Amino acid sequence: MTGFANAGSGIVVRGIAEAVVSNRAWLSEIDGKIGDGDHGNNMAKGFARAAERIGDGDRLDAAFATVTDVLMGEIGGSMGPLYGMFFSDMADVVADEEVIDPALFARMLAAGCEGVMAIGEAKAGDKCLLDALVPAVAAAEETASEGFPVMLAAMRQAATEGRDSTKDMIARIGRASRLGERSRGVLDAGAASCCLILHALADGVEKRLT
Amino acid sequence: MQRLLNDPDDIVDETVAGFLRAHRDLVRLSDANPRVVLSHGCGEKGRVGVVTGGGSGHEPAFIGYTGRNLVDAVAVGELFSSPTAKAFLEAIRAADGGEGVAVLYGNYAGDNMNVKMAARMAAKEGIRVLTVVANDDVCSAPQAERGLRRGVAGEILMWKVGGACAARGASLEDVQKVAQAAIDATRSVGVGLAPCTLPANGKPNFEIAPGKMEIGIGHHGEPGTDVVELLPANEVADRMLEIILADHQLEAGDEVCVLLSGLGATPVNELYVLYDRVESQLETREIRVHRSFVGNYFTSLEMMGATLTVMKLDPQLKELIDMEAESPGLTVRAKS
Repeated sequence: MTGFANAGSGIVVRGIAEAVVSNRAWLSEIDGKIGDGDHGNNMAKGFARAAERIGDGDRLDAAFATVTDVLMGEIGGSMGPLYGMFFSDMADVVADEEVIDPALFARMLAAGCEGVMAIGEAKAGDKCLLDALVPAVAAAEETASEGFPVMLAAMRQAATEGRDSTKDMIARIGRASRLGERSRGVLDAGAASCCLILHALADGVEKRLT
Repeated sequence: MQRLLNDPDDIVDETVAGFLRAHRDLVRLSDANPRVVLSHGCGEKGRVGVVTGGGSGHEPAFIGYTGRNLVDAVAVGELFSSPTAKAFLEAIRAADGGEGVAVLYGNYAGDNMNVKMAARMAAKEGIRVLTVVANDDVCSAPQAERGLRRGVAGEILMWKVGGACAARGASLEDVQKVAQAAIDATRSVGVGLAPCTLPANGKPNFEIAPGKMEIGIGHHGEPGTDVVELLPANEVADRMLEIILADHQLEAGDEVCVLLSGLGATPVNELYVLYDRVESQLETREIRVHRSFVGNYFTSLEMMGATLTVMKLDPQLKELIDMEAESPGLTVRAKS
């Protein structure tokens, strides 16, 4: 099974940062509808800083750790600890590996997802980032045996569908949860940013494969 | 957007820098973390430390309550966003004088996670940490789900009581107990007349139509329970008081502490107009105001509106509320 080299793949994380930064206004706008409107600003600030600190030859796990450091040490909010755990637990899985194959990639995503669940109190269905992440992880695990192209496509599709599914949900976690029925009809900002991150991750990995 | 700004991304650092210059007689910056503000008495040996923290944009909260017989160390977050776990940890370290640290903060998802992580890290370093989570905002969840309610301006009274208790040399367990009793005795309600704008967004986070007001609005513009026609001030005061009294067991003969805070853009004289009605209505119910605070104590950027906070006093809370305290945001002199 083909894979991509851990060494030099820090550049994938720079791509994630670009995606977050260029969607700053959109994420804040979604957040402002049922949250407090700061999601895009804080995510963009954190990822922009992390991108500056990721070197050209950095390994994927080192770049993940850089993101975690910035999010947990400088950004805070709710997304600091949640995404901080996501990236740090993904880094742990690949830290000692030189080549990342589809099965390892799926395990890495699953560990990140478990990290998010361990620090937060949410689950899929609560209208949160897990609604994009959990189906994406499941799709990656189910298709890992078919190789990267199939797996990444499945992961992207599941993340998008998961993100869109939050529109009809009632929020059960975070600030929006106090709105009850009124939180329906709007995408969840966390699911939107998570979907962005997963797409950018998939795009970056594809480039590393060719 | 008519605001006094440089680069919006620098606003928190610049706020802290100016605050430290203006109040250097009372506060200083942590050497270890630029997002941690300390009182000069912070970390005093043999005394329980009191820590809080929260997003910026609520000034004078949270940094303004750093001071003598009040909060020892404050973790500073981005605008409307929880401080990092590392900032909370550094605040805990600085406040620890060997007797442990009480972290008294508001019920928000980010703060809950970051305090939890910081407390875990502090425990590994051998620092005892206990927490109290403020949930005084009546309209943010029904009575039966009080644990889901947000913390708002009632946090100030919780800090006042917790800080006074720690200053008297109480144990960590007792500081936690009395701070919990303080917030349990406190209810708040907010009314919004116009929204607020995060500078980096450049447009309001939410809308309140001209001529309307939103009852039960949260400190970040979290939607309230009702949007109604803007009423005359006395009727607004009555609505706010009714919401608090419906949730709080207050009887004739009770004594209370009242805090009426502007949300940022409401003129202070209008706060006094509201306060006049609030106290007179309490008087007709034979509820006596022992102490009151009226002004911009806990704001939400330039939101227009006010929050009303009522704490029911018992002899212990009364004594602790009355203890002298000095901070940039709140000074209490002993009652003569």
